Amino acid sequence: MKEGIRGIFLHGFMSFAAVCVTVACLLIVGTFSSLIYNLNIMVEELNMTNEVLAYVDEELSDAEARSVGTTINRVDNVLESNFVSREEALQNFIADYENPAAFDGTDPMTLQHRYVIVLKDNRLLTETMEDLWEVPGVVDVVAFDELAEGFSTIQDVLHIVSIVVIAVLLVVSLLIISNTVKLAMYDRRDEIAIMKMVGATNGFIRFPYVVEGFCLGMMGAALAFGLEWLMYDQLVARINAVDTLQLFNFVPFQQLLLPMIATFAAAGLFVGVVGSWTSIRKFMNV
Amino acid sequence: MIEFTDVTKSYVEGNHALRGVSMQIEDGEFAFLVGPSGSGKSTIIKLITGELRPTSGSVHVNGYSLSRIRKREIPYLRRTVGVVFQDFRLINNKTVYENVAFAMRAIGAREKEIRARVPYILELVGLENKSRRHPNELSGGEQQRLAIARALVNNPSTIIADEPTGNLDPAMSLEIMSLLQEINNLGTTMLVVTHAKDLVEHFGKRVISLNEGMIAHDGMDGYYTYED
Repeated sequence: MKEGIRGIFLHGFMSFAAVCVTVACLLIVGTFSSLIYNLNIMVEELNMTNEVLAYVDEELSDAEARSVGTTINRVDNVLESNFVSREEALQNFIADYENPAAFDGTDPMTLQHRYVIVLKDNRLLTETMEDLWEVPGVVDVVAFDELAEGFSTIQDVLHIVSIVVIAVLLVVSLLIISNTVKLAMYDRRDEIAIMKMVGATNGFIRFPYVVEGFCLGMMGAALAFGLEWLMYDQLVARINAVDTLQLFNFVPFQQLLLPMIATFAAAGLFVGVVGSWTSIRKFMNV
Repeated sequence: MIEFTDVTKSYVEGNHALRGVSMQIEDGEFAFLVGPSGSGKSTIIKLITGELRPTSGSVHVNGYSLSRIRKREIPYLRRTVGVVFQDFRLINNKTVYENVAFAMRAIGAREKEIRARVPYILELVGLENKSRRHPNELSGGEQQRLAIARALVNNPSTIIADEPTGNLDPAMSLEIMSLLQEINNLGTTMLVVTHAKDLVEHFGKRVISLNEGMIAHDGMDGYYTYED
C-alpha cells in the first residue's frame, strides 16, 4: 500500500500526466452528459405542454358531456383529461386577448364542451387520437401533432447521439489512460523484472501499481468533479444572464450532484484500476 | 540441489539449445559452467530459474520439478535461487540500502526484518559504509557486490552468477570470485557461468563444459575448451 502511494510521487511526471488525462476526459464526458440531461428535461417539459383537445357532441346534455370523461380516461396512453365547459372555454379565450370588452355579449353556445387531454407518451399520438375518435360522444379530436412528432424526433436523436458520444469518449479516455499507464509501467519495467527475479508473486507486484492507479483515478475524478461544478455554475449563470426570454431552463448542479459523484467515482475507479491492471500484464511475463 | 536428467530444449525456430544434458549439482557445491557463445549456458540458467520449461527430460531445482511446476509456484522456486548478472541490473534511483531492501519487500518481508537483515548482508559484501550511496556512485566491483547482496538477502540456498566478472578488471574479478567462494563456504550452492579461464583455473573447482548443447566435459581438472 505504502509502495503504491510512494509510487505516485516517485513517478511525478507520469502521475501528473495520468491525472490530467483523466480530468480532461471526465470533464468532456461530464459536460456532455449534463448538457444532454438538461436538453432531455427541456424537451420533456415542452412535451408536457402539448395537449390534445377532444370536442364533445353539441347534442349531449351537460351531465352526459361530463360523463364522456370516464370513457376518455379508459383510453390507453391517456394520462389525464380535464373537462372544460363551453363557458370556461369562452373565459379562457377572452382572457388571452388584450381587450376583453370586445367579446361582451358573446354566447358561450357558439363553443363546444371539450376535454383537455395529456398523454403518457406523445410518440403514440396518432394511435391515441384514433382511439379518442372512437369514444362515443366525441366529435372532433385536435392536436398539434406535427409539433409533437418534432419533439419526439428530437428526443430520439438526442438519446442516440448521447449514447454514442459518451461511449466513444469513454473508450477514448480508457485508451489514452491505459497508454499513459503503460508508459509509466515501461518506465518501471526494470523494477518489475527485479521483483519477478527475486520471487515476488504476480499479485504482490500488481498490488502497489493497482493502488497507485486507484489513487490517480480518484484524484483525477475528484479534480474533474470540482472543475465540472465550477464550469457548470459559471455556464448556467452566463446563459441565464443573456437568456431573458428564459428559453433555456437548466437544472441546478445540486440536482446532478449524486449521479455526477457516482459516475465520476466509478469512472475514476474503473479507469485507474482497470488501466493499471491491464497495462501491467504485459510486463509480468518475465 | 540442481538435477538435469536427459534434458533437451528446442525453440520454436527449430534451434536445439540443449541435447540430452544430464548433470547434478549437490547442495553446498561450487561449480563453474563454461562454454562458447550459443553452447546452451543461458538456456540452462533460464531452465533453473523457471523462465523456460524443458522440451523433454526432467529438471529438479531445490525440490521443485521444473517440468511439472505450476505457474503460481515459480515465485517460490525463485526465492530459493538468487541470480547475479554481468550487467548488475540495479535500480539507479534507489540507494544501496534500498536496492537490497527492495528485494526483501518484493517477497513481503516486514520492515523490522529488513532493518535487521540488510545491514548484515551489506557488511558481508563489504558495502556497510556505502549504504546511502546510489549505484552510479559505486565502482564496477562495488556494483557487483551490491548485486550479490541483493541476490543473497532473501537467504536462497543456491546462487546462479551469470558472467559476474564480465564487466570487471582482473583484480576486481578475483575479488568478486573470492566473495562468491566465501558465500559458498557458508553453505550456499554456487553455479558460476563464466568465460574467465584464469579464474576458473585459479579456484580449482568443478567445471562443467558445454558445447553445442551437450556436456563436453565435467570434472575437477580445470577449464576445458572445445579445441582441447
